[in-house]
This record gives sequence, structure tokens and C-alpha cells, in this order.
Amino acid sequence: MTVQTERPPSGPVDVAKTTPSRPGGRRPATGKRSGAFVPYLLLLPACAATVLLLGWPLLKDVLLSFQNLNMAQLIQHVTEWNGVENYKQVLTGEDFWRVTLRSILFTAVNVALIMVAGTLIGLLLARLGKRMRLTLMLGLVLAWAMPVVAASTVYQWLFAQRFGVVNWVLDKLGWHSMADYSWTSSQMSTFFVVTLLIVWMSIPFVAINLYAATTTIPSELYEAASLDGAGVWKSFTTVTMPFLRPFLYATTFLEVIWVFKAFVQVFTINGGGPDRLTEILPVYAYIEGVGNQHYGMGAAIAVLTILILLGLTAYYLRIVLKQEEDEL
Amino acid sequence: MKRSLFGRLWPNVTAVILFIGFVFPVYWMFATAFKPTGDIISEDPVWFPADVTFEHFKRATGADHFWTYVGNSLIVTVCAVAFALVVALAGAFALARMRFKGRRGFVIGFMLAQMAPWEVMIIAMYMIVRDASMLNSLLPLTVFYMMMILPFTILTLRGFVAAVPRELEEAAMVDGCTRSQAFLKVILPLLAPGLMSTSLFGFITAWNEFPLVLVLNKEAESQTLPLWLSSFQTAFGNDWGATMAASSLFAIPILILFVFLQRRAVSGLTAGAVKG
Repeated sequence: MTVQTERPPSGPVDVAKTTPSRPGGRRPATGKRSGAFVPYLLLLPACAATVLLLGWPLLKDVLLSFQNLNMAQLIQHVTEWNGVENYKQVLTGEDFWRVTLRSILFTAVNVALIMVAGTLIGLLLARLGKRMRLTLMLGLVLAWAMPVVAASTVYQWLFAQRFGVVNWVLDKLGWHSMADYSWTSSQMSTFFVVTLLIVWMSIPFVAINLYAATTTIPSELYEAASLDGAGVWKSFTTVTMPFLRPFLYATTFLEVIWVFKAFVQVFTINGGGPDRLTEILPVYAYIEGVGNQHYGMGAAIAVLTILILLGLTAYYLRIVLKQEEDEL
Repeated sequence: MKRSLFGRLWPNVTAVILFIGFVFPVYWMFATAFKPTGDIISEDPVWFPADVTFEHFKRATGADHFWTYVGNSLIVTVCAVAFALVVALAGAFALARMRFKGRRGFVIGFMLAQMAPWEVMIIAMYMIVRDASMLNSLLPLTVFYMMMILPFTILTLRGFVAAVPRELEEAAMVDGCTRSQAFLKVILPLLAPGLMSTSLFGFITAWNEFPLVLVLNKEAESQTLPLWLSSFQTAFGNDWGATMAASSLFAIPILILFVFLQRRAVSGLTAGAVKG
């Protein structure tokens, strides 16, 4: 007897979709026989943990956002409710809107770069010979595996003002004004380094999973397409793309979430500087809340950030939930 | 149908360039860590270190509290992953194999939980931990890290459990196993690759976590490696050799685990798929 398994779910993306669609109507009514409470019992620890460790902080965040909580209140352990004062202050201030716009642009640029480059590299992987493919995969896996904080430290060294490799290369290429350039001294150059770091770290996930997805396309489809006289481009648009589309949607959605809350990269490269010009929403919430000790304000910004994130991903979230509903 | 020389050449050339681009930062980290200081601060970069020195590693590991950070990171990460696996395995089994009311709701709930914006919730978590007088302790870190990786672990394991043919389990039960015996003797062994790759991703998440420990633990005795590494540069100034040695030490376990386990996990499963 051969054990037949489905392709491994290579990440959170596929899990929902690659769950094998079991032939219907053949399911034994297992739950009923041995006590209907068993599944709930099995799920109890996970649910308790979620409510306690995720639900409670979320609720606490909302509660804090309606409090006047600064250094003084923190030390004296007093709770001062101040209604929507924090929200009023945040939403009428200029900073919040500027940071929000910056965050959205930052996310859009990064996700676009990641998805386009990741897709192209994934397709390239499918086209390479075996040895070359393994080599490139190894490179991608190394970049993927690199811990964030270590990677950001390395990028600071690559882009160091003195003795940094990047400045040396630019200087040798004839751009002499870059010889002693300080990348962290301006908004755009800091964003450039952060973006490069994020794109470098994120492409492997997209490329490798996309390559894995292309291997699941039955070759019969390509044969049929070429029998019908389809060229390379035509079979790409009629066979490859329809197969990859759900994957691409799902990945874009995940990348939006990941990039939007890229706290660590932004914070470790330059701490949101220079002059707080590279703060994105999560960093802004941290610096206002913990750094400047306006905890209530920080919580309000955090709540608004979560709402914006929900808004950005709502469309896709609906599709996923619907799909899940159909599948179960 | 033969491709032109150009058509055969460009994918390989592109692949080589991309390979260099992706590997270079990792390579440069290790190269710098092993280079003598004179080669690090030279006007022209020394691309291939000729002399190897362990001086920088000595300075990095000799830093105050280094071994405390290593211990803390290991305790927190391993405990978080172990707890998450046990809790998730029970839940994943129920979700993949049993029919019950509200199952869909649970799956959707965990999918949403997986997207929890932890980075944004650190203020609330700080307040909760402070009110419980648990700042500068490893326990809150462990349980929150467990929660961070739990939804992913459940959903991934659910996929792996569902991939084990139902017939195997039924056959075992026909042969007289109880349901839990069938689970322990049939499903669990087949889940090994799944458990491995799932715990690997959990391990990486917990090992790398930075924002929470940044807010919660201000005392050196209770900090973890990511925090140490991020402050290393401030503490050591422009000592790039030691900084890169520190980064290498932090990254090596993950790099090894990832490269090794990713291949194992994938090949273990695809072996069956090919046969089918």
C-alpha cells in the first residue's frame, strides 16, 4: 500500500487551500459516537490561550485608548478616563495623518516590489536547470532564514558611512559624492535602506512558494494548450496565471500585513529617524506611547492602526472567509 | 525544439547575479566576523579574508551577560514552541478530523488570530504585565511567544493531519485501536515532518521576537539575544568586527536549522506525493 499525501502546505498561505477536498458523503459520523464534547475539549486550551493572551491585550488596548495615562498616572497606578480625548487629539493633529499616508505609501511600494520581483524569480526558478535552481534556492533560503535583527545589523554595516561596501562601490562606479555618504541622514535614503532590507528578506518566501505552486500545475494542461496552438505567452496567460492567481492574491495580502507592521526593520535601522521622518504607524505608536510616555495616546494610535490595517485587507479577508465557508 | 544560445544563457546569468545579491549580505556578515580588524577598516574592501581570526568572536562572547542572553533566548523559545505544539496538536486534530458545530468559526478565528498585529499591541501588553508585577521576567515572554506562534501552528498542523489518509486511521480502529491509540500509533509518526517544519517556523518567530522584549524587559538579566544584538552596536561603537561576530552567533542556529529542516520537511512529504 502506498501512502498518498497531498503536497505539503509550505506556509500559512496554502494551508487553507491545499486541505485535500475529501470525497464528500463518505464521512463517518465520528464525533457523535464518542461524545460530542470531545472536539471542544481538544480545542479548549487553544481557545483559552487565545482569549487570555490575544483577546485580553486587544481589549486592554481599546480600554487604554480612552484613558488619560501618562507618566504620573502610571507611577501612581490611577485610572483616569477621559472619553474620546485621545482620539480627538490624534485625529485633529497633523502628525497622525502624515504618518498614515507615509505608512500606506511605504507598504504599497514594498509590496509591489516584493510581489513583482518575487513572481519573476519564482518563474525563473521553474525555468532553470536542476543544479542552477538548487543554487539559487540555497541563496534565497539563506536570505529567508536570516533573523531580522541580524539582517538589519548587517545592512547597517553594508551601508556604513565609513568603510561600508555600498559607498565604496558607488564611489568606484564614479559617483564620488557617495564616498562618505551617511545613509541614515535623510528620510529617503533611510527608507531606501529599509526597503531594500524588507524586499531582500521577503522575496524568498514569494519566489519559493510560487515555484512550488508552479510544480503542481499538471503538465497535461500545457500539452493541451500547445496542441491547441498556444505559444509560450499564450500558455502562460491561459494555464500558468489562472493557476497562480489565488496564490498571488493570498501572498499579496500577507505581505501587506507584514510590511505594514514592519516595526523591527524600521526601528533597528534608524529608530524612525532622522527627525522622526521615517516613522511608520507601529513605530509612531511606540514612540508616542512608550518613548514619550503618553500611553493612552499610544494606545489610541494603536487602535487606529489596527483599524487601518483591517481596512486595507478587508477586501481580501472577505474572500478568504467566504472561501473557507464554502470549503468546510 | 531547441532554444537559442541566448535563450539558454540568460536564465543562468540572471540566476547567478540574483544568487550573489541574496547571499552577499550573509556572506559579508561572516567574512567581516572572521577578518582581522585591519582588513575591516581598509580603504578598499578585502573581499576574501586571507587571515582568519577569532578575536571578534572572543570580544562578542566576552561581552557582559552574553551567556545570560543565550540562556534566556533558549529557554523562552524552546518552552514557547513546546507548549504551542502540544496545545496546537489537540486543536488541529479536532479541526481536521472531527465534525462538530462551530468548527468553521474556530478555523476562521485562528486565521484571524494569526494576523494579530502584535507589534501594535505592545503598549497594552506592557500594562498587563506591569499590573501583574511581572516586568523583567521570562514568563510573560514565554506565554506571549507561545500565543504568537499558536494560530500558525494549529492551522499548519491541521493541514498535515488532514493529509494523513483517513483510511489508515480507520484501519487501525478496525484492528481494535481506540481513537487515541490510532492517533498515537498511526497519525503521530506520520506527522513527524509536519511537526518538525511547524516547530521550526515557530522557533524562528520566537527566537527573532524583538518589540515585546524591548518594552517588557529593561534589566539585562532578563533580556534576550535580539535586544542584545540591537544594542550591541551602540555599546561597541564602530567595532564592526565584533558586531558582525555577534550577528553571526545569533544567526547561525537559525540558518542551520532552516536549511537543514526545510529540505527534510519538504522531501519527507513529497516522497509520498511522487509515489502516488
